Amino acid sequence: MKEFEAFDLPQPSKVNYINAQYGLKSWLLTKDHKRIALLYLGSITFFFFIGGLYAMMIRLELLTPQGDLLQSTTYNKVFTQHGIIMVFFFLIPSIPATLGNFLVPMMIGAKDLAFPRINLLSWYIYMAGGLITIYALLAGGVDTGWTFYTPFSTTFSNSYVVAAGLGIFINGFSSILTGLNFIVTIHTMRAPGMTWFRLPLFIWSHYATSLVMILGTPVIAITVLLLAFERVARVGIFDPALGGDPILFQHLFWFYSHPAVYIMVLPSMGVVSELIANFSRKNIFGYKFVAFSSLAIAVFGFLVWGHHLFVASQSVYAGMIFSFLSFAVAIPSAIKVFNWTATLYKSSISFDTPMLYALGFIGLFTVGGMTGLFLAAVAVDVHLSDTYFIVAHFHYIMVGGALMGYLGGLHYWWPKISGRMYPEGWGRFSALVIFVGFNLTFLPQFVAGYLGMPRRYHAYPPEFQVFNVLSSAGASILGFGMLIPAIYFVWSMRYGKVAESNPWHLPGLEWRTQSPPPTENFEATPIVTWEAYEFAPPEETQVVGKFAGELETA
Amino acid sequence: MQSWVPLAPESASTMSWKVDAIYFYLSGVTLFFTLLISAILIFFVIRYRRRTPYEIPRPIAGSHKLETLWTVIPFLIAMTIFGWSAKVYFEQYSPPQNAMEVYVVGKQWMWKIQHSTGQREINELHVPVGKKIKLIMTTEDVIHDFFVPAFRMKADVVPGKYTTEWFEATKTGTYHLFCAEYCGMNHSGMIGSVVVMESREFDNWLSGNTNNTTPAVAGQQLFQTLGCVSCHGANGEGGRGPTLAGLFGRQTMLAGGQTVRADEAYIRESILNPQAKLVEGFGPIMPTFQGQISEDQLMQILAFIKSLQVTNPVQATAANGQPTVTGASQPRPSQK
Repeated sequence: MKEFEAFDLPQPSKVNYINAQYGLKSWLLTKDHKRIALLYLGSITFFFFIGGLYAMMIRLELLTPQGDLLQSTTYNKVFTQHGIIMVFFFLIPSIPATLGNFLVPMMIGAKDLAFPRINLLSWYIYMAGGLITIYALLAGGVDTGWTFYTPFSTTFSNSYVVAAGLGIFINGFSSILTGLNFIVTIHTMRAPGMTWFRLPLFIWSHYATSLVMILGTPVIAITVLLLAFERVARVGIFDPALGGDPILFQHLFWFYSHPAVYIMVLPSMGVVSELIANFSRKNIFGYKFVAFSSLAIAVFGFLVWGHHLFVASQSVYAGMIFSFLSFAVAIPSAIKVFNWTATLYKSSISFDTPMLYALGFIGLFTVGGMTGLFLAAVAVDVHLSDTYFIVAHFHYIMVGGALMGYLGGLHYWWPKISGRMYPEGWGRFSALVIFVGFNLTFLPQFVAGYLGMPRRYHAYPPEFQVFNVLSSAGASILGFGMLIPAIYFVWSMRYGKVAESNPWHLPGLEWRTQSPPPTENFEATPIVTWEAYEFAPPEETQVVGKFAGELETA
Repeated sequence: MQSWVPLAPESASTMSWKVDAIYFYLSGVTLFFTLLISAILIFFVIRYRRRTPYEIPRPIAGSHKLETLWTVIPFLIAMTIFGWSAKVYFEQYSPPQNAMEVYVVGKQWMWKIQHSTGQREINELHVPVGKKIKLIMTTEDVIHDFFVPAFRMKADVVPGKYTTEWFEATKTGTYHLFCAEYCGMNHSGMIGSVVVMESREFDNWLSGNTNNTTPAVAGQQLFQTLGCVSCHGANGEGGRGPTLAGLFGRQTMLAGGQTVRADEAYIRESILNPQAKLVEGFGPIMPTFQGQISEDQLMQILAFIKSLQVTNPVQATAANGQPTVTGASQPRPSQK
């Protein structure tokens, strides 16, 4: 019987990346990818909190059919800002900039990313974009919807469109730099023996995400710039009164913003692949199919933007082509779901919090993906477009998908990041609360949307109230569920049980160094002689009875 | 919101059932796969739960057979949905030729509607049951969307161009009309109703509003006052400018050898930006009317031009206030 722990765990050293240096300056000028990941973690949590407050205001307003809590102008700003903050300043950077930043070098056995200074720069750019956006919100807010449709945004809106646009424009560069850094790092800095097909799937999904970031983000930057140009200088680009074409804006906007959905969900799929494999002690079924499906999603994702324009006076024939391509892009996602499920066959499944999030992800992402087919089906989209059905669908993808993956990943790597364990009981409890709250919030919205309730309505006909009350009730449970991890993560940094180097007993590279890792990640450059998720050596044909060695169970 | 299916909206147009059928098929497929995946997950999670802390399961590399199976089967199912919905979509956005035309102008935050017989309405649209209705729509400001859930029909209303939407109501009643494209402050107040009436009642309703000028007649007056007559002739017979009588729906030869179908979009463009598509044999002498006429007036001129026939142009509209539909008026849903 081979020993599972074929490597020597390093003796926990007192010095790690967190306590190697002290003082504000050591954080603000750090080039350590792990510290930068923590800078990002703090800032996106801040933005998530703001976006969450807006969500609460929306749900409170919609409790009654009349527009009684907020004025319509305020309500319009609230849902706009909820979208802008959550999409651009939370979801897009969430996994890549925190978990990705922390783990991409560690998982491939590198000391840092390829361009540590650019990595720090990307955080400063993100903060600059974020602060300008916050300025726009404080100065008076934006009321265009996060989609900034023209000519409303360029000619009719009396709000801080240019400031918010500038924030998004600047923020885009942080995305581009992060993507660039990941691609170069994955190409050039893999440890000896870490071949492409030994890479954890988390890396594959980050590689695919980085491609989308680099190729897509410049387009949104250009689009926002043109928008500002027309608004300020009255140059006719999108407003027909000036000789422009409002539909051109929608094409440009969705050329980025549809692939941006994959920026949000691909990293989450990467996390889920890690969780499913590691918490069932099983290599991913069909590794190559899962890896290449990430790339397929990244590529096909660029060809489906027109499905946002089915009712926007796009040609019928263009609509049919985009419909076909949208069905095609669903297939790689389906392949992933089937492979994750098959991975569990004859495995050994534990029910730690991260695994609960991963299982929740598969269920919710399946619903999110399948309801996407309703919207890809042109005839049905004509009815469902711009209703609450769409709102429900993309929240299943972005919250049920992206956010569940993020939370699962955060729990999973928390011992490595902080050197402390989170409280497992509270973790499982809150995962359950979040799952229930999420479904109660968004399932009723599918029905409300099919019945015809349009989105972005400040007041609505009374027959939709029952669904809105259910939704608001769910949102309060969801909000409560989110607060629990926020509290215990902070608590655990001081009072949590000290984490071992490898608390989950896993073979991945990031677990072969101390928790928290030293500044240079590994004491010596690791040499990789094993496949990804290799729990048992390949020649083992029987279920292995026991770990060798003196490991204690977590 | 009653329907014989629980949690489904009311069905009141010929399109409703066609859309619902696909919706139910999709719901079935979704339910099947969601339940299948959930059932397998739950079974695996219970059956293969970790029993002893140190067990390591036997690795399984994968299976090309299975991968092919779960690539091909979902793809085939997806294609059935695609083909079916594309077919219905084509019907949804291909207005029939013999439809009754109604002009719609969106404006922050109201719907202005004019029937071809001259009746005007705001935020209400009265239509007869069992008759094909075609809406020709544009907006004075931002993008709106004319959405009637009970008809399963919506289309964006886009500034600078005409979009069309059609339906045939199957049931009398009053149905929600929503603006479905966010349009600013009072977006959620840009709502109204579509009132579907028996033909006889609808005729009564029409005759109760007789003191209206039809859009075609109003258009004829504009045609005079704006000076169009000096080049195009009082009855559109042409002169320094091209002939307009019988123009609508025909292929027109442009300078440079291209041809274009004279639909709503083309006529609109030629009024607002005459130089864009010059008719073969005519010079660029027409001034632009961009910014000088409202969307309502533009639609009236359009109605007048549509009413012009080669033989008896004005009589067609003046006699009973009902303009005669000329030629095959079937603009394509996408207009350049």
